[in-house]
Formats: sequence, structure tokens, C-alpha cells
Amino acid sequence: MRAKEDGVTGMRKKELRAIITFHITADAMAADLGLRKKGVPGRLIPVPRSISASCGLSWSAPPDARGEVLQALKELDIEPEGVCELSVLV
Amino acid sequence: MKNGIYLDNSSTSYPKAPGTGEAMKYFIEEIGCNIGRGSYQKAYEAGGFVLGTRRKLASLFGLRREKNVIFTPSVTYSLNYVLRGLLRPGDSVVISALEHNAVARPCEALKREGVAVREAPVDPATGRLDLSALERALVPGTRLCVINHASNVFGVLQDAAKIGEICSAKGIFFVLDAAQSAGAVPIDMERMKISGLCVTGHKGLLGPQGTGALLLTDELAEELVPTVLGGTGSRSDLLVMPEFLPDRFEPGTLNLPGIYGLDRALDFLIGTGIEAVREKEMSLARLFLKEIGEIPCARPVGVGPEDERIAVVSLDFDGFDNAETSALLEGEYGVMTRCGLHCAPLAHRAMGTFPGGTVRFSFGYFNTEEDVTRAVGAIRDIVM
Repeated sequence: MRAKEDGVTGMRKKELRAIITFHITADAMAADLGLRKKGVPGRLIPVPRSISASCGLSWSAPPDARGEVLQALKELDIEPEGVCELSVLV
Repeated sequence: MKNGIYLDNSSTSYPKAPGTGEAMKYFIEEIGCNIGRGSYQKAYEAGGFVLGTRRKLASLFGLRREKNVIFTPSVTYSLNYVLRGLLRPGDSVVISALEHNAVARPCEALKREGVAVREAPVDPATGRLDLSALERALVPGTRLCVINHASNVFGVLQDAAKIGEICSAKGIFFVLDAAQSAGAVPIDMERMKISGLCVTGHKGLLGPQGTGALLLTDELAEELVPTVLGGTGSRSDLLVMPEFLPDRFEPGTLNLPGIYGLDRALDFLIGTGIEAVREKEMSLARLFLKEIGEIPCARPVGVGPEDERIAVVSLDFDGFDNAETSALLEGEYGVMTRCGLHCAPLAHRAMGTFPGGTVRFSFGYFNTEEDVTRAVGAIRDIVM
């Protein structure tokens, strides 16, 4: 079994992702609609428990797409709550 | 929901009972009118239909009077109608340690208004209420005991009949939150001495979202003050709510498309039989637990004897972030689950899974053994 943080001991590995969180669920929904329509890389996922216990939703994208996501959110008039980079299961 | 495995029936059942959608479409396209308002035959016939749905609910849950079946938008509203309609500053209420936020949040608000809220503990291994501790918590002055019948997180089922006995002996109103259990296990208000039964139409009853009900004994109904007021189509000469049921607690227009859908779903459920539904769902949960037993890092939380459970299983993945695991289950394998705290932080605290939460697998009547084996295969693929 793999370690929680970073290790890779099985078939599946962890990968660094940019995780963008939102203030409210409605913003996450609007981001999902808008970002998918624009073809921005990434997908909506539950906020990893290591970031927050609030049961919210976040946008997970490759780290190098971080600028593109933030620019698109600006165009969509959606203010992210926070942005971080985290190793998540992929 | 093609190409996916839906294991989130605790959020809402899917698919719905056969014919539910058609019944709603029929109402919208062929009936359309309101009830209790217009003075024409079509409205009277629709009113009769709704009365029939009340009768089915009353009969299903062991309540004698169909007029004591109050339609609500959801079980959350049903619970709020009771909590806010009954309790006043200085009153006491006892709840379990496994309550959903539908009870915990109104109780927290009531606490700030001067209502004493006591929490009865559960066994952290099984989630079952300690009935002796519950009895001790029901101190003189307690007006109401609200208990989560089946946990939406862990699936543990409480002994409603015994709790009913205890409350009845002390003259305390017993309200059962049957959000997860209605349709999944037999419930008889009279036999279980339940004063108020709060149900939703869109989970175990297999009907549409936006439907719920509050079933009341006469004794509780007499004590309840309506908290949402408005037009009822009756006693329009008065500026107060009518005294009689169900109008006293049913202001505004009912969700008639939803009730038509629910009626059809109830026909299916009654025709199939709740015991048969339970057997099917529990056989899936049994298979899931057996196969999960071979995955060391997947820890089922709060799994007691089968007759003390419904078909809801929460897993804590040791060494993994439960949210990431849930996201991967859906993203790569199409297995739809719910992770996190499931709107039940009290329950997670009681069972030691706060704040990490769990990944919940909730099986429904229309799931198959193949769904279970594919889900377990996906879990194995991710964590082993």
C-alpha cells in the first residue's frame, strides 16, 4: 500500500496538481460550466480532505495550466477562494 | 445514467420507481390544475387523487388518519416543522449523536434561543444508541426526543420500537427521522409508538425530489404551532391558519407533479414489498462487505449485525485521502459515491471519522451484483 503523502508503491501514482477552491458551491458550479466550455484543462473534484473538511468542490488542473485557469476564471468573473499545489492520486 | 455505477442512493435513489416520470408528465400535461382552490370537477378529482396518496402513506406507516399526513417539500422541512413548531425557550429536547444537520442545525439555533439540547451517545464500534444513557438523558421537562432511525453515513439502524416504549412511558413525544429508513425497512407508527414520522419521497420511497411528508399523531398535532403560514384554500375568511389537518400545516400550493410521481412510486413499493426491497439491498451490501474484507486498507466504519443496518456502507481508506479516492472512483471507473462528512458532522465525530470523513457506498433496489463487483474492482485497482 502506498504512503499517504507522496510515495508510489503500487500501480497508481500521485501527481502534482493545481487545486483551485471556491468560496461557495455556486461558484464551483459556474466555474465547471465556464471552464469546460472554454476548454480549459482540468476537472471538478471534491476538495481534498487535506485542504479542508468543508466538503466543497475544487478545480484540479495540471500545474502548468494554473495561469490559464485563473485567467479564465477572471473572464468568468469568478473569484477563487484559494490556489495551491498538491500531490493527488491520478 | 448509462456507463456509470450509481452508488449514491442515500443522497437520492436512482433510478426512480417505474412509471414515476410518466405520472409526473401526465399531471403536467393532462391535469395541470391546482387543488383546494378552483371550483370545477377537474380540481376535485385531483384533490381526490392527493387524498389517495395520503392514504397510501398513512397505511404504509401505520397511521390511522390520512388527514394527519402533511405534505412537505422534504424531510428537512418536516423535521423543522416539528422542532420549531413545538419547542420553546426553557424546553428540553434529546437527540442522538448520529443526527444529520437537518436536526443538528435547527437544534443549535434553538439552543441559542434557550432550548436545552441533550445528545444521547452511541457505541463507537457499531453506532447503536446506548438505550440506558438515552433513558437517563430524558430528564423531567424533556418535551421531545428526535432520533435518526438509520444513519445516512454508516447505515446503522436504531431500535425505534424500544425508543418508542421509553419515550411513551415518560410521556415524551418521539419523532423519528426516517430519511434513510422509509421504504428501506418496515415502520409502524402505532406499534413503535412514534408521535411524528419525518420522511422524504425521493430516497427509499423511490419518488421524485421535492416531496416529503410529516405524519403526526393527534396528540403531537395538537401541540404543534405552524411555522409557515399562508393560503390553504380553506377558511379564507380568517387571518389565522385553519385548526384542522392537513391544512393547518400545508400553506401554499402543493408540489402536485411530485405527489403524482410519488403516488406511482408508492404503488411500486407496496406491490414489491418493503421486506423484498430490504432483502435485495442487504444482499448487495453483504456482498460488498465480503469483498471489501479482502482489501486491508479499506476499513468499514460502524458495521454491526445485519438486522441492525441498512444497505449503506462507509469506508475509511487508511493511507489515502478519502476525497481523492472518491474522485478517482468516478473519474476513472464511473463509480458514483459521496465523500466527506455527508452533512452529518456529529455522526462523524461520534464514530471517530471527523474531519477526514469517509467514502459512502449506498446501494439501492435497482443496483446489481455486477455493480458491486465492479465497484470493488475499482477500489482494489486504486488502493492495492
